[in-house]
Amino acid sequence: MFRLEARPEPSRLMSVLSPVFAVAITLLVGVALFSILGKDPLDGLFVFFVEPVKTAYGLSELAVKATPLVLIALGLAVCFRSNIWNIGAEGQFILGAIFGGGVAIHATETSNKLVVVLILLAGMLGGMVWAGVVAVLRDRFHTSEILVSLMLVYVADMLLSYLVYGPWKDPNGYNFPQSITFASTTQIPKLIAGYRTDIGVLVALALVGVFWVFVFRTYAGFQLQVGGLAPAAARYAGFSARRAMWTALLVSGGMAGLAGALEVAGPLGQLTPYVPAGYGFAAIIVAFVGRLHPVGIVLSATLMSMFYIGGELAQSRLGLPKSVTGVFQGLLLFALLACDTLVTYRVRFTRTRAARAGAPLVGAEAVKSEGGTG
Amino acid sequence: MTSRLTLKGITKRYPAVIANDGVSLEVAPGEIHAVLGENGAGKSTLMKVIYGAVRPDEGEILWNGQPVSVRNPHEARALGIAMVFQHFSLFDTLTAAENVWLGLDTSTTLAAVTQRIRAVAGEYGLDVDPLRPVHSLSVGERQRVEIVRALLTKPQLLILDEPTSVLTPQAVQKLFDTLRTLAAAGCSILYISHKLDEIRALCHKCTVLRGGRVTGEVDPRTETNASLSRRMIGAEPARLERHQPTLGDVALKVTGLRLPRLDQFGVTLEDIDLDVRAGEVVGIAGVSGNGQPELMAAISGEDTRAPAGSIALFGADIAAASPGVRRRAGLHFVPEERLGRGAVPTLSLAQNTLLTRTASIGRLGLLRLSAVVQLAAYLIRKYRVKAKGPDAAAKSLSGGNLQKFIMGRELDANPRLLVVSQPTWGVDVGAAADIRGEILRLRDEGAAILVVSEELDELFEITDRLVVMARGRMSPGVNTSLATVEQVGIWMSGLWPGAGPPPVAAPTIEHAEHADV
Repeated sequence: MFRLEARPEPSRLMSVLSPVFAVAITLLVGVALFSILGKDPLDGLFVFFVEPVKTAYGLSELAVKATPLVLIALGLAVCFRSNIWNIGAEGQFILGAIFGGGVAIHATETSNKLVVVLILLAGMLGGMVWAGVVAVLRDRFHTSEILVSLMLVYVADMLLSYLVYGPWKDPNGYNFPQSITFASTTQIPKLIAGYRTDIGVLVALALVGVFWVFVFRTYAGFQLQVGGLAPAAARYAGFSARRAMWTALLVSGGMAGLAGALEVAGPLGQLTPYVPAGYGFAAIIVAFVGRLHPVGIVLSATLMSMFYIGGELAQSRLGLPKSVTGVFQGLLLFALLACDTLVTYRVRFTRTRAARAGAPLVGAEAVKSEGGTG
Repeated sequence: MTSRLTLKGITKRYPAVIANDGVSLEVAPGEIHAVLGENGAGKSTLMKVIYGAVRPDEGEILWNGQPVSVRNPHEARALGIAMVFQHFSLFDTLTAAENVWLGLDTSTTLAAVTQRIRAVAGEYGLDVDPLRPVHSLSVGERQRVEIVRALLTKPQLLILDEPTSVLTPQAVQKLFDTLRTLAAAGCSILYISHKLDEIRALCHKCTVLRGGRVTGEVDPRTETNASLSRRMIGAEPARLERHQPTLGDVALKVTGLRLPRLDQFGVTLEDIDLDVRAGEVVGIAGVSGNGQPELMAAISGEDTRAPAGSIALFGADIAAASPGVRRRAGLHFVPEERLGRGAVPTLSLAQNTLLTRTASIGRLGLLRLSAVVQLAAYLIRKYRVKAKGPDAAAKSLSGGNLQKFIMGRELDANPRLLVVSQPTWGVDVGAAADIRGEILRLRDEGAAILVVSEELDELFEITDRLVVMARGRMSPGVNTSLATVEQVGIWMSGLWPGAGPPPVAAPTIEHAEHADV
């Protein structure tokens, strides 16, 4: 048997390196997985880690997928740092898409170009409304934000389905469950002609800076973190736990909503039941692998984006199921949790009962007094 | 006669410090042996070595003349070594007997355990009712449950870690009687403490530790407080200078404060009246768990349920104000829990200044980091905090040093009313004297000060006026220079003039403490 024993002082270096180890372990298991499935592991790794960055097109796709992950994970990092467990970013993402899409549907080819700004603001509002529901319920009725936020994902999914199967269905869409294709004026401006990457990337990078300043350089960010690290200290200092809860949920909801709006007005261009692509859940992993640090999040989002693209490529090139992506995401999270555990704890193997019975007794007294207590 | 326990050259090194450096010690059968030292002198490590919780790097342990290696507490108990820890490990919802039963093997019945508790309790004059649930017991009674639990193993050596810090003066006398009876019956006792009077009154021999080394083995009955203190800290603590208070306006006025308890084990505050005036130090004495934390939370603003008009700060009603509002009005508070409440364990000292000090916050709520770091560095220097620097995590400091830092953080803010809970808990003698000196200096500058402490000596040393809390009620004030330890001790049981009979419905917190007064 073994047991975990807290290390007196966890190594700081190791806690920074932990995500690196987690990636390495994920790769090793990946190699084993490819071998078991009868594929050349080198081919597999090539598809996942070289193919996506080989061409300009690949890099552009990488950015397209990394952008929503970065945006959502930034908000979640603030949430998790304040010890608020919003795991329903997926639902807030969908609401952002619905609100943003709702504005985009009404735009025409002659609309002002600034309608894009309106779409993004509407998206943020949508995400905030959805996260606000979680906040109200927790504030008023002390519900668990974990359960409520998660369950609202499915409500959001149903709401989207209702809209695209019902009132927002494209009348000329051959009865497909989808909205009209948005007017070209609603298109998020592309970064480079011919590629799908749009200015969402720049928005995300700018927000990385904003969040870094917020978390590490503002009093409000400090207050949120104290609330997460030591609630009694926050109470002592007079930092409002209610305000922290509202801020964290609204910020993360707004970011997820923004990502949703960028997605529908960018790469998708219309509302379909397939808007939710799991970014909201993947972003939880991104946030933790990125150590809840804005810069770390950019790196981990890039990695996660590779998994997405690699999964699609593995499907076409190697004939592997697309769920390989999910397997890799899960592996990475597990490996990270294991590494983090080992950074703070060490494993001690304890002797079995038989071995202990065989060990010499401490003295004749032992038998006597133990008999006495028995 | 072979000695019961002999330690030879025990050395225990930790990455940063040598906790024990060649410590030798000898305890005879039936001897009450004091281990005296400041916090961090290595007392706890040494006891853990004896109790098998820590393996020494070097040295030898002889038990009744035989070399032994104690690998874990289980083996220590098998040898006949029992320990009563400073923090009790009892389940509140179980009875005393059930708690004791839990630690024994399964073959004994509860009835048999109850019987044996009665027998042992009778033999040593330990007043324990095995059938009462632990949450209704006073701290003194809980300690007696722990001692009975230890005695049931028929120990030859009983280790007590700072046993009197939670007791009324009367309960301390009672404990001493028990320990003397035990010793007379042949049980050796290791008595860990930093209270000089108690050691001189109780112990036959005293080993003094300083910085992990033995600085003397003396007969405490022939020593003075000053000579023991010199061995313990290398110097005598500076005498505090006291001036007559010059009273100013009423800073804090609590009127008829009633506050229902928040949970089952909390204390309901009943009709608390309290005035603190500028220029005076008011002390709140009392055994822990009699409503002091609840009152502190209501005064600090961490609990804002107080009815309107019941708490006034310089004439303004603050009953519902947040801690931040109160702080801006000049009320600074030092809580008894340093880690997790007075400071965030994982954040740096610099960041921890931001909990109560807001001078470094610039426009748009942006932090001026250099100012934050400068403030922390200044506090470390001014209050002689032992820390690696402003970037050191709060949890990396010893309890005493963190307390100095937190006290410094609040003192340096020049509060008009300073409220301090347990100002010198776990702080070494030298630092405690510094902290008390700072409190008096602040008073002389005209600030109002309210101190809650479980150490009566401390309250008698620094306060001008004393009140006592018992069962959520507050006694009338008494001028400290006119008060006696005995009188305050009786008040700590809730028996002050006009206190009225104890409520019948609620379990009495202190019911047995005054039995032998």
